[in-house]
Amino acid sequence: MRDRSLIYLGLLIFLAVVTFPFTYNLAAGSGEMPDLEYPDNETQCVESKEFMRSSHMQLLVDWRESLVRENVRTHKTSDGRTYDISLTNTCLAACHTRKGDFCDRCHDYSGVENPYCWDCHIDPEQTERSAR
Amino acid sequence: MFMFEKALTGSRKYWTWIACLAAVVFLAFLAYLRQLDVGLGISGMSRDVTWGIYIAQFTFFVGVAASAVMVVLPYYLHNYKAFGRVTILGEFLAISSVTMCALFIFVDMGQPARVLNVLLYPTLNSPMFWDMVSLGGYFLLNAVIALVTLSAERKGIAPPKWIKPVIILSIPWAISIHTVTAFLYSGLPGRSFWLTAILAPRFLASAFASGPSLLILLCLLIRRLTGYDVGKEALRKLAVIVTYGMILNVFFLLMEIFTAFYSKIPEHMEHFHYLFAGLEGRDALVPWMWTSVLLAAVSLVLLMTPRFRNNQTLLPVICIVVFLSLWIDKGLGLVVGGFIPSPLGAITEYAPTLYEISITLGIFAIGFLMVTVFYKIALSVREQYTQ
Amino acid sequence: MIISRKKFLKLTGISMLAATGERIAESLAGTAPSAGPGSPRALTAKRWAMVIDLQKCAREDGCTACIDACHRTHNVPDIDNRAHEIKWIWKEEFKHAFPSAHNEYQAEHIESLPVLLLCNHCDNPPCVRVCPTQATWKREEDGIVMMDWHRCIGCRYCMAACPYGSRSFNWIDPRNDIAQLNPDFPTRTKGVVEKCTFCDTRLAKGELPACVEACPQDAIFFGDLDDAGSEIRQLLKSEYAIRRKPELGTKPEIYYIV
Repeated sequence: MRDRSLIYLGLLIFLAVVTFPFTYNLAAGSGEMPDLEYPDNETQCVESKEFMRSSHMQLLVDWRESLVRENVRTHKTSDGRTYDISLTNTCLAACHTRKGDFCDRCHDYSGVENPYCWDCHIDPEQTERSAR
Repeated sequence: MFMFEKALTGSRKYWTWIACLAAVVFLAFLAYLRQLDVGLGISGMSRDVTWGIYIAQFTFFVGVAASAVMVVLPYYLHNYKAFGRVTILGEFLAISSVTMCALFIFVDMGQPARVLNVLLYPTLNSPMFWDMVSLGGYFLLNAVIALVTLSAERKGIAPPKWIKPVIILSIPWAISIHTVTAFLYSGLPGRSFWLTAILAPRFLASAFASGPSLLILLCLLIRRLTGYDVGKEALRKLAVIVTYGMILNVFFLLMEIFTAFYSKIPEHMEHFHYLFAGLEGRDALVPWMWTSVLLAAVSLVLLMTPRFRNNQTLLPVICIVVFLSLWIDKGLGLVVGGFIPSPLGAITEYAPTLYEISITLGIFAIGFLMVTVFYKIALSVREQYTQ
Repeated sequence: MIISRKKFLKLTGISMLAATGERIAESLAGTAPSAGPGSPRALTAKRWAMVIDLQKCAREDGCTACIDACHRTHNVPDIDNRAHEIKWIWKEEFKHAFPSAHNEYQAEHIESLPVLLLCNHCDNPPCVRVCPTQATWKREEDGIVMMDWHRCIGCRYCMAACPYGSRSFNWIDPRNDIAQLNPDFPTRTKGVVEKCTFCDTRLAKGELPACVEACPQDAIFFGDLDDAGSEIRQLLKSEYAIRRKPELGTKPEIYYIV
């Protein structure tokens, strides 16, 4: 087995590549939870904070299916409140007016820079700025 | 993958060829990254001509893939022994062509990341769904047949019995892939150039001329490079198949022209007008189409004269002529011509951009790469066996 | 992901129960949610259709009020390159809109008519038939041919299938060519097909399509073809109206009074 050293070297390189995301984050010290800006005017989101943190994307997918495909344009929360289904007008314009300090900050932290939602859905703050 | 090790040993020439193809693929990959970034706007396509060289190549190579049936059918169904050495080559050519087709569809999509939506929301009324099903099935069938028969051959035993019905199934399946591909076009109400019942037969006829002529060229090439000879008889029979395919193709095309120009229905004539004479001074495809016609005429004369057809030095020339003629006709004129003029009477011309050409060449290179590797494996197994 | 999904289903279940409870309460109290198909404000029909009076439309030369309104409402980019153009509603020469109604000696007041073109919202739409993902589909309740820009894979088969040239593809990212973004409507991403959707979003809010509302000549009529008493049905009864390429059997639902 004169290839033994080569095999071990290969395995080592493989391990290094596979664990790179973890080692990179450890080295960069980016383990701290980001500090998010919450809206001043609202205390409650459409669902619980924990649910939104883990599953807002699923909720948004459900919203989009419901609005686009079924023409159901309002969302009833589990405790009976009603919201218009709209990423731009409900989520952003009404509450998270500074997308950069909420959505983006957490997305950057979790390594999902610029989800493609924003390719189409408009950040109202930005249009205001461009209009000025 | 088993038997793949055969592809890993080869001469310097073999590796140089592989490296050249890999380089072309790499360049195409760079071009594709650009397309992903900017969008299909880097192509020559437009609001009026919404499909270009990608879909045209897709259509053409579905034909090449389907044409494998022309060696499979005589060999397995009629026990035509002369095709014993060429059948496996035909099957591997089919596998490579189907892969190219899938890639051509993929690079043509505006949102390639969503490609699985076709399976996630299967839509039985869309020919495109059926095209995906039939091409995928054809790929699987040929992959199974080629691998099973080849590995049996390597072990020096007869292939398992169950493979026979699979092979029989692959015959109508081959016809289906090109029929469904024709249905992509021939069922569209506003596109009179394609709205013709003879489109599927015409597709098949041109496929049975262009595919076998490519196969003959490949056989001659490997005979020169490796000494592996499929046999004179096989080449002669393939040439006869090309002859009939070409005659039928030209016959069908003339029928189209008769219907359009005798009925004098403007929508049916204007696409031919555009392709062969130009409309309102726009005539980019005219020289191409007349070249195709000229090549077709020359090839018919050569093919229909046994003295020329059976001449081994002339055969590759004939095959190149046939292939080029049909490539222009189907891989260029057929798809683009259907969009000009547009339903609103606009005459917007189309020419592929450098990006499109690079990506297209890259997919060709992947096809060549697959053919090279597969043929290498097949020939290595055969050499081992005959020794 | 599996855990969160379970949790989500549980939550949706609870919210559905709550919603049902509230709907009962609502029906008792006579209140309803703010918008949506169940909303009293939403405009609904069995079969939406449009009648365009071309003579009225032609009154003001070079008028583009409806086109501007539509394109502003829906963030339709204004792209300079003709190949990459996106159009939801636009004007075309009579002979191109109605090739079979054209003749060389046609009266000038007909031949010179600019014709407003948009999606025909066919009753038998070929684009829907060919779409491999149902990203474009005909809405059962009111016949609108809808677009799902989340689902479209950009194969452009619908564009080949549409005999009216009503569909546009985003060859490039449209954002840079939109002068003023309207936050009430999304833009599109590059690589998807788009077209007029009869302002389904506005209808849900109880508003007429933007083009209808913007027309200074009141040349565009919008209503329920299924309702014999509707304005468009009255118009079709009294005026001679034509449709584009009816011979193709697509049953276009835009009628033109010439």
